[in-house]
Amino acid sequence: MHNETLLEIHKRAALCRAFEQEVYRQVENKTIKIPVYLSAGQEYTPATLSVFLDSIDKQIFIQHRGHSTYLCFGGDIEQLIYELLGDKRGCANGMGGSASIQSREKQIYGHDGLMGSHGPIATGMAYANKKLTLCFTGDAAAEEDYFISSIGWASTKHLPIWYIVEDNNLSILTEKKVRRNWEMHRLAQAFSMKGVDCSDDPEHLWLQLTDCYVGEPVLLNVRTNRLFWHAGAGIDDPNIPDTHKKYTERFGDKYVKEAEEIVKEAWKKCLQ
Amino acid sequence: MPTVRDTIKNTVRFHLKENKGLAMGQCLTAVGWVGGTLPELYEDDGMVELSMADVAGGGFAVGAALAGRRPMYVIRYQGFNWFNAPMIVNYAAKSKDLWGVPCPMFVRSIAMEGGIGPVAGSSHHALYYRMPGVRIVSPMTPKEYMNVYDDFMHSDDVFYVSEHRGSYNNQEELPNLYPENPHISLFPISITRFAAQEAAFELAKEGINVSVHHIMSIKPLRLSKLDYKSLAVTGKGIVLDDDYTNGIAKSIAYDIIKKVDSKLEVMGLDDRTAGFYTQVDNLPPSKEKIIAKIREMLA
Repeated sequence: MHNETLLEIHKRAALCRAFEQEVYRQVENKTIKIPVYLSAGQEYTPATLSVFLDSIDKQIFIQHRGHSTYLCFGGDIEQLIYELLGDKRGCANGMGGSASIQSREKQIYGHDGLMGSHGPIATGMAYANKKLTLCFTGDAAAEEDYFISSIGWASTKHLPIWYIVEDNNLSILTEKKVRRNWEMHRLAQAFSMKGVDCSDDPEHLWLQLTDCYVGEPVLLNVRTNRLFWHAGAGIDDPNIPDTHKKYTERFGDKYVKEAEEIVKEAWKKCLQ
Repeated sequence: MPTVRDTIKNTVRFHLKENKGLAMGQCLTAVGWVGGTLPELYEDDGMVELSMADVAGGGFAVGAALAGRRPMYVIRYQGFNWFNAPMIVNYAAKSKDLWGVPCPMFVRSIAMEGGIGPVAGSSHHALYYRMPGVRIVSPMTPKEYMNVYDDFMHSDDVFYVSEHRGSYNNQEELPNLYPENPHISLFPISITRFAAQEAAFELAKEGINVSVHHIMSIKPLRLSKLDYKSLAVTGKGIVLDDDYTNGIAKSIAYDIIKKVDSKLEVMGLDDRTAGFYTQVDNLPPSKEKIIAKIREMLA
């Protein structure tokens, strides 16, 4: 993996982290008055995927905790801020809040609020237009029966869809081991499709991606960590591992500061 | 003269072959081709057999709609909407309002009556009625069906098309009945339109004039000024439905009463579970029951 590629991933992740930290502050000072689902800690999954698939035409489905995915795949930062403020200039006309964001320009489709419903919808769209479809979900939403049915149908029809399970091990605060005794990637394998389990370290994830085909169904279970509360501004576990620390140490804090400046300017403009 | 069945079959064929649309559902290509309403086409033509995962199936169709394929999503029994509806009403129907992204789809939801048990019998269009962003129609004639399809192709809305197998052999149109000096007004929906018309014809022989105002467009409710004018003369009427009355029938009665101060009753399925045998079934109001209700109201 080229160092420039890794650096680009780090830059995108740094922007996401800076964004979420600022949202955290804006929730604390009550500028944002709606439930927000922060993706801090999970940035390296969308950052790596977005760099890997940069030149490929694709459609993307996200649900709550999707700020980082939105930003990594080119969603407009100001429109996201406006959305969190309930402003009609927002990416979902001020109606979507934190959980139902979208970018028509970047082919990022919003979520309706029913956990995992984007699984079947993304699968149906992949069937109908045969375009590479990325379906980002959590390890809990992926347990929904209809989400699992979707994986089965995607395999049956050999659809160009990648399900990316951002596995932070938590459904709000209920751990995976309490909820199930099976793993998503093994389920995908049982459906006769490629199922991968890996960490969100970009070097590991990149290696797995080079073994995936754009025209085929794939399920990537990416083990990651959620730094903040399920919803709102708060910390469950101050000692949780953070991939961003490793790469900030490697590349220095230059890009972190640049990202913080971009976010600060965007907020300043939006709050004027 | 083509029947409703022929019309639906030809419409689906046209949709797939000429408009490059999709038809999606379960067991479409099985014996019977959904009551003979599907042409003998297969996946390469756009006739898509889905797995038996009803909830996901509704989502697959929504995804196809999002891709602009204007899917006809076939639900063989309206009661199956308890599983099929979630993503249609929560995503497709809201997408335009929420994201400015239209998600037009044509939900062919089919009712049948008699001996089909607690879930599969009758219409369940009220399930969709309470949700925003859905147009609900119930065509019972060939011309009505063609008009509904034409409307759909010029619209970017979600259409819930409440079909009834009891109408599939019908070749006739069902015009409203505006007798002179009407005594009572009927506002029937779906399969009850046939019984309402029969009741009106029978009572006319006794000199009881019954006006019949067919409700094809349920949401939005489309009635003409003439319909309201006629009700203003009678001052009383009945809204008839093939669903439970605690839903569309009462809601429409309320809307009509707001426009014309009148006494409206509702008739539909009894508020109880249907069984399979005749003695425990739960059927829509028959001609005889409608006549009895009219006599009671005019007494």
